Parts: sequence; C-alpha cells; structure tokens
Amino acid sequence: MKAAVLTFPGSNCDRDLAVAFERAGFEVARVWHKEPELPAGTDIVGVPGGFSYGDYLRCGAIAAQSPVAAAVRAFAEKGGHVLGICNGFQVLTEMGLLPGALMRNASLKFVCKPVDLRIATSDSPYTNEWAVGDVARIPVAHHDGNYTIDAEGLARLQGEDRIAFTYLDTPNGAMADIAGILSPNRRVLGMMPHPERAVDPAQGGTDGSALFRSILGAMAAA
Amino acid sequence: MKARVHVMLKDGVLDPQGEAVRHALGSLGFLGVEAVRQGKVIELELSATDEAAAEVEVRAMCEKLLANTVIEKYTIEIG
Amino acid sequence: MPPKCSKGTEAMQEPQITTDLIAAHGLKPDEYQRILDIIGREPSFTELGIFSAMWNEHCSYKSSKKWLRTLYTEGPQVICGPGENAGVVDIGDGLAVIFKMESHNHPSYIEPHQGAGTGVGGILRDVFTMGARPIAVMDALSFGEPAHPKTAHLVKGVVEGIGGYGNAFGVPNVGGEVRFHKAYNGNCLVNAFAAGLAETDAIFYSAASGVGMPVVYLGAKTGRDGVGGATMASAEFDDTIEEKRPTVQVGDPFTEKRLLEACLELMASGAVISIQDMGAAGLTCSAVEMGDKGGLGIRLDLDRVPVREKGMTAYEMMLSESQERMLMVLKPEREAEAKAIFDKWDLDFAIVGETIPEDRFLIVHGNETKADLPLSKLSSSAPEYDRPWVETPAAAPLGEVPVIGPMAALQALIGSPNHAHKGWVWEQYDTMVMADTVRAPGLGAGVVRVHGTEKALAFTSDVTPRYVKANPYEGGKQAVAEAYRNLTAVGALPLATTDNLNFGNPEKPEIMGQLVGAIKGIGEACRALDFPIVSGNVSLYNETDGTGILPTPTIGAVGLLTSLDELIAGQPIEGDIALVIGGPGSHLGQSALLAEAFGIEGGDAPHVDLVAERKHGEFLRANRKALRAATDLSDGGLALAAFEMAEGAGLGVALDSSDIAELFGEDQARYLVACDAAGAAALEAAAKTAGVPVARVGTFGGDRVMLGLDLATLAELSKLYRSAFAAAVTYPGA
Repeated sequence: MKAAVLTFPGSNCDRDLAVAFERAGFEVARVWHKEPELPAGTDIVGVPGGFSYGDYLRCGAIAAQSPVAAAVRAFAEKGGHVLGICNGFQVLTEMGLLPGALMRNASLKFVCKPVDLRIATSDSPYTNEWAVGDVARIPVAHHDGNYTIDAEGLARLQGEDRIAFTYLDTPNGAMADIAGILSPNRRVLGMMPHPERAVDPAQGGTDGSALFRSILGAMAAA
Repeated sequence: MKARVHVMLKDGVLDPQGEAVRHALGSLGFLGVEAVRQGKVIELELSATDEAAAEVEVRAMCEKLLANTVIEKYTIEIG
Repeated sequence: MPPKCSKGTEAMQEPQITTDLIAAHGLKPDEYQRILDIIGREPSFTELGIFSAMWNEHCSYKSSKKWLRTLYTEGPQVICGPGENAGVVDIGDGLAVIFKMESHNHPSYIEPHQGAGTGVGGILRDVFTMGARPIAVMDALSFGEPAHPKTAHLVKGVVEGIGGYGNAFGVPNVGGEVRFHKAYNGNCLVNAFAAGLAETDAIFYSAASGVGMPVVYLGAKTGRDGVGGATMASAEFDDTIEEKRPTVQVGDPFTEKRLLEACLELMASGAVISIQDMGAAGLTCSAVEMGDKGGLGIRLDLDRVPVREKGMTAYEMMLSESQERMLMVLKPEREAEAKAIFDKWDLDFAIVGETIPEDRFLIVHGNETKADLPLSKLSSSAPEYDRPWVETPAAAPLGEVPVIGPMAALQALIGSPNHAHKGWVWEQYDTMVMADTVRAPGLGAGVVRVHGTEKALAFTSDVTPRYVKANPYEGGKQAVAEAYRNLTAVGALPLATTDNLNFGNPEKPEIMGQLVGAIKGIGEACRALDFPIVSGNVSLYNETDGTGILPTPTIGAVGLLTSLDELIAGQPIEGDIALVIGGPGSHLGQSALLAEAFGIEGGDAPHVDLVAERKHGEFLRANRKALRAATDLSDGGLALAAFEMAEGAGLGVALDSSDIAELFGEDQARYLVACDAAGAAALEAAAKTAGVPVARVGTFGGDRVMLGLDLATLAELSKLYRSAFAAAVTYPGA
C-alpha cells in the first residue's frame, strides 16, 4: 500500500506521519506542495500537522489553494482516501472536503497534552479496529482545534454517523466534543489529535497504531 | 486604488477571542460592554482603475481566500 | 580623515560625531579614544555604530572575558568549545549534539511575546547555522513576584511567545524552569536553550576562507527592527523604557522554518564554505566574525541588501536586527545550485559582497564608502576590563527557624507558583513534535530519542539564585551539580554544559564579585564532574533604578543514554520503597521552605561536596536496574521531591520522619529513588560495598500523604499543587 505524505513549507509533522505509515507497513512517498500531481499508485494521502504556510490569514487557508491541494481534491473526488491530522484537518475543511471549521481554542491558548478519545464509529476505514465506545489516549497539540459547524451540518454528521472521535474532556471547546469527522463517502478523515505521536512505546503509548492498522486492513480487504 | 476588506465572524458563530476581550474589559471596570466581536481588516493596493471591476475582483478574492465563508462574512470598501 | 564620502549627498547626510552621540552609543570616553587610536581619525556615523555594536558588552564580553577564560571547556567528548555559534559534543557513531543557551531578557521585558519568540528564533539559528537540525528547546524563565502589576502580563506574553515560535518551527520543548522573585520585578529573564544533531563530519563554522569568494545574504528582508538593539540589551533600564519599544524586532517562525530547511539542503549540497547567522547587530557582527576568524577582509555593497523599508541608511542596515537572516560564504561555482534551493523555499538571496585579502571592513552604499575599518581590530582590539570586584561577604548564620508543622510546610511550597505544578506553562508548548520525545517536561530532565537510533539525549537547566546571592561560589557549584543530578536521575551520563550568566551592573564591585565568585564555582564543579562548558552567553546590567536581579547563572546541560534501556523514566507503584541516596537532610539556610513559608532568605547556601556528587551520581547510574524511579533532591528537599514523585504517579506517600530539617533540608549530592523490595535490598547491598549512604525513608502508595504523623489526602494536595500556578498568574485584565 502506498501513502503519499504532503509537505508544505511550514509542515512539521510530515516526517512523523511518514514514519507512522512506514511503521504500519505502508510504502511512503513524500510530496512537495508545488507538485500538481500525486505519485502514481497512491492509495492514501496524508495531510500532516504543522503550520503549512505559517497559518497566516487562517490556519490551512493558503495551503488549501496550493497546487498539491488541487491534486488531492481530484483524488478525493474519485473516491481516494485522505487523512488530515491537526493542520491537515484544517486544510481539508478550508478545501471544503470536510464540513465545518476549526476555530481558536476556547481557552485561547495552545494546548499540547495526551487526551482520551471516544471512538464514535467503527464504520470507517480508519476506525474499524476499534469498537464504538472504546477509549484511545492520543496527544493533541494545537491552537485552533475548536470544531464548529451550523446546527444543520451537525445534525447531518450525527445522522450519517460521520463523527469518528469525540473528546472525553474537551481540550478546546469543540462543538459536541468533536475531535474527528468523516466525509460523506467515509474515505476522508480529519482529526485534531495526532495518532502518529502514539505508535511507539518510547512515545509513552501506542493507541494510535490501531488507526494505521485499520487503514491497512480496510485497503487489503478492498 | 486601495481596497479594504473587513472580515468578521458571521452572526451567531461564537467568537472566543471577542468574548475574552469583553471579559477583560469588564474586569478593568468598563462595565457597559455587552458584546465584543473581533475581526480582521485587510488592505489591498490594486493597480486597477475601474472601481466596479475592482470590486468584482476583490469579491472573488474574498470568496476564494480572504474569508472562510463557512464561518465568516465580509464587506469591501473601494477607494 | 574620515572616508571622504561620509559627508555624502544631503539625503545621506550623517550626523556629526559629538560627545552626546558617542555617549548615546554606550561608548565611554576612553573607549572612544581607543577608536581614534586605531583608525587615526574621527569615525563616520556608520563607523561609530559599528564600533558600538562590536564593543558593547553583549558582543565583546568585555567585563567577563577575563573570567570566562578560566572555565573548564575541554574533554575527549568536546569537538568544539566556546567561541563558535554553539558548542559541539560527540555522542558516538558519527553523531554530535550541538547546543547553546542565550538570554533575551531586555527585549522580553519590553515586548514579552515578540521578545521571547525571537529569543527562541535566535538560539535555533545558532544551532542550525552549524549544520544541525534542532531536536529540543528549553527555556529558563525568571519573573517578578506574582502580585507585581507587570508579572501576569509578562508571564502570559513570554509563554505565548515561546510557544508561538517553537511550536510553529516544529521543535519540541522538553524542559526549563519558571521562578518568581521580587528581584526580577523590573527585569525578567528569558534564557532560551536549543540543541540539534549533526554528523561529526558535516559541521559548519563561521571562518571564511579564500579571497574573492561571494558573501551571500539570505533569509528575510532587512528592516529597521532593533536598530540600536545591541546597545539597548546592555543598558540599564530606567523610566524611559517605554520609549524604547519601537526597536523591538518581530519574529516570523514560518520564515525561520524555511531558512532551516534551505540551509540544511544547501549545506548538504557542498556549496557552503562558511556560515554565520545575523543575531545582535546583524550584518556587522556576522560579517566581522566571518572575516576575523578567516583572517580576511570583507567588502559589503549595501545597495544589494534586500530591504523591507524605503530609504534605509548604511547605519541602519549595518545595525538592523531583523530576524531570520543568514550570511554565508559560498563556492562561486555553486551559485546557481544555491539559488535554486533558495527559490524552492521562497527566500531572499543576494550576493552582497566578497572576501578581500586586506584587513579591511569596507562598507559601500550608493557609491560611497560608509565605513572603512581594520576588520581584525574590531574584535581583537575590543576593550577588555579587569573590573574591580569584592568578595561577597560570608552570609550571617541562619537564626532560629520559626516553628511549622510538616504538612503546613509542604502546603506552603506546593501552593506557591515557584514549586506548584507547571502544566499551565508546558501545555502551551508543543512537547512532542518530531515524535521522539521520550520524557516530556515536568519532573526532572526531558529526554529525546536520537531519531532512527536507540540512543537518547537528556536535557536540563538549573540554578538556584538564592544560593548564588548568599554565596556565589557555592551557588555556582550547585547550579552545575544540580544539572548533573537531573541528568543522572533519568539514567543519562552527563556530557557537557552551556552557561547563561545573568547578573546586574558589573561596574559595581559587589556585582562583579558575584560574577567572579559564580564563575569560579562553575569552573570548579565542571572540572570535578568532567562536565565541560562548550558554549554560553553573558547578560549584564540586569538592573532597574539601581536594583539588580538575583545573580542567575543558568546552567543548561546535556546527557547521553546510549540505549533507551538505560532510561529511568518509570513512576513508583503501590508499595514501592522510598530511599535516599546521600544521607539525611539538615541544611535549612536559603531553603525554599523558609523563603515560601516565612519570606526568610537567610543563612548560607548549602555547600556542595563535588567528590560526593560524582560518587553518588556514578553509584546511581551503576545501579539503575534496581530503581523504578529516581529524582534529584534540591529545592524543597525530600518532602517536596517525594510528593512530586508520588503525585505524578497518582499515589500517596508516607515518609517516616517528621523532622523539618530532614524533610525540607536542601543538602546536596542526594537523590530520592523508588524501588520494589528486591531492588531496595540490592541497592542497600551495593551501597554498603561502595560506601555510599543509602537509607529507607518511607513507602509509596495509598491515597494519603503522611509526613511522620501529619497527614492530608492526596486529592486535596493535588488540587492545590495543580491550581496554584494558574491562580498566581491569571487575574482579570492580564
């Protein structure tokens, strides 16, 4: 399986995400933001954390207009899998691949710490290794992770079982404690927590590994 | 020609930064402040000479990049 | 005769050199005379600016150099000691750790967010200028008392500024310190540490080589940021401080991140001969450094410098402290390759001059010579002072200690922001980016794995300013010893240190005496512990209206774990035995307990037995397999360390003693460890053989904390411990 991990000039979790994919058994290609196309044979795109273009204007706004973003959009529209983590989630909402927006944390402070996530659906290529209600301990590190969406959009996410993760104790004030959501076809996941920071015992926990195993399993089965 | 774009959160979208400013003002003794909304002003220096055309152009910039219309609204001043 | 062009066109008119102008540049009359003697004529305005930048305390170390030379800076592990951008230390297998600590005190007091952020940016550049990818940062912060009207604003701004810069750049923050004391009311301290990794055969230095080589400017454009900043950074504050605000520089971590990646790519391409970052007094210091170290002259054509503002003068360009800029000497045949890399990262790139054979620093702007100085004299002939100093008088003996119960004493400590849990700070820093953080900040040293290997590096920063004030020599020793212990307590072998010496006005003999005493103590301890100093920074004139800070020689230190198997990262579990290595507590002079509970800062500092430090440290490392958890004993003694260790594990703890001096004494060369029954027995047996004092002092477990018979629930203490910091630094309007 081949994962394409994007690098914007201000990405800083691109290596971490590539390492996590490799550890799970993926072949990884690194893709520079000025590339207009994804590598041939890409099975999943990883949009990593960081500060893509300095996060000036709004987090992810400028990255959403980059050449590689157009390629990712085309990939997603053809049914491709896309995983956006932290800044990657912000980029995917700015691109319109996922609904809603990530606003400044309710505390107005950057927050970095391990948090407990509740698995809200196991019906996705990213969460099928878990059961609904399982709890995973995965770190967050962000200033703008306060998920917001209008009432209609929220009802739709809930009605279509597209909320992937919720916080047990929200670190950012997100609406309905939302930590991660899925696209209508369930193949695009955006999440604020960093599963790539919880794949190795030396990091203090391995709860994030299940996400990468899920993807591999889902793709092998497909 | 100059264009000035004001970007504000849409009415009804919670503004945690504005709320924090309101709270701080209250604790400094400014008691009459009922609401604070915080936005952005973006100034553009344009080479265009036609106001109407410039406004169309700036509107497109807002839709595409300057504002996130999921949560933000904008107004444009030209000249 | 000044260079004839310096009178220039009207637009370029430079001010006349007057006594007031000379004084405004921080140059004393004898220093100005020295300039006249060197160049044999009156300097131009630009030249005066260049001298003032090169000769101020910040760049020339003129008050401290004599004493810094006495420090211990050698050892088989040292690849490059003080004098370069950062120190370089071998960690085996062809890898080196490159690190330094530097202050950004004055800018942070004036504009905390930008001042602290650019402090982080500056120290990161010092590290990646040498070819290293930064892997960890830490910050040692000292603020005024929490109730002071400026403190909350400074804490908030400094912490946000550090986080805002480091988090975006993408380097984990793994440690540091935060303290409060009224002596810092008018001068906060922001000491930023950075460490990076490089291959030992791919380290870059600042010495230029070869004549006619292009001098290349890269990074952000030059603006008027911080013009006069280097002069400001060495000036005592007074009430006009607010007027100095516009000179503060603004940081852009996004540009810095691109500069890092571009520099590392360029270095890997083989195009770089030498490189120097533009820090204080930007273009001036960096160009002189490159020329001086290479025994060459430099010619700069300022018309080619990328500028952000219109109408900038030569003076402003030479002294600008705009951030995120680098100067390089490149191999001319590799220019196109270099340009392609900088275009890729969208960074400004310009050839602004060349190396020349003569000993000249030649600055041309608008076809006029703005400065023409003997380059080597700018640093080699800088003033150097043997300032008068007086030995700090021996502290009066500690009088009778007021009576306090053990639990009330513990509560006084954990309820004070100095010793409360610092999560409020750490959680605003990204402590895990790069995904190699093994031990995040909190208790003791931070640990980061060397990417792709089984090795890890441990980082700590330490100093106890109360001790240094009471006894500079012992206080200096203690700062080094505590760093040694903190590295040891995570299982690391202490490798090397960096010193960031923050003091008041060195022109006062008693302040100079503190500096001299502390340096002597630091040197002595580094020598005895085989713990060389490889880089450092001195910040003097930390005074407001004649009142100096507590002498604060911060020691940043790095230790090596050759394998993660050596790590002692564990927490105690229910039933573990608490043991102290190094004997019972007894010394209450200058203790945290007296300071926090009674506001008493009396008596002598604890004395440091360096032989015992080394012996106990080696004993602990040799017996790490017997330990479940370890921590050093310092501020707050046994009781505070035991509480912190237990609380971090969500456990209670019972200590047998109820004696205040045993519980809270700050005697040195001691560790608290947690062991299971077999481990405790093994440790005791080993101690007997080694002749190291080891004693059982209590038991971990339950949900209560007991000090002798005095008890409280873990829940209530934990609540106090975890809320006291935020309560102290957040208040309405802050």
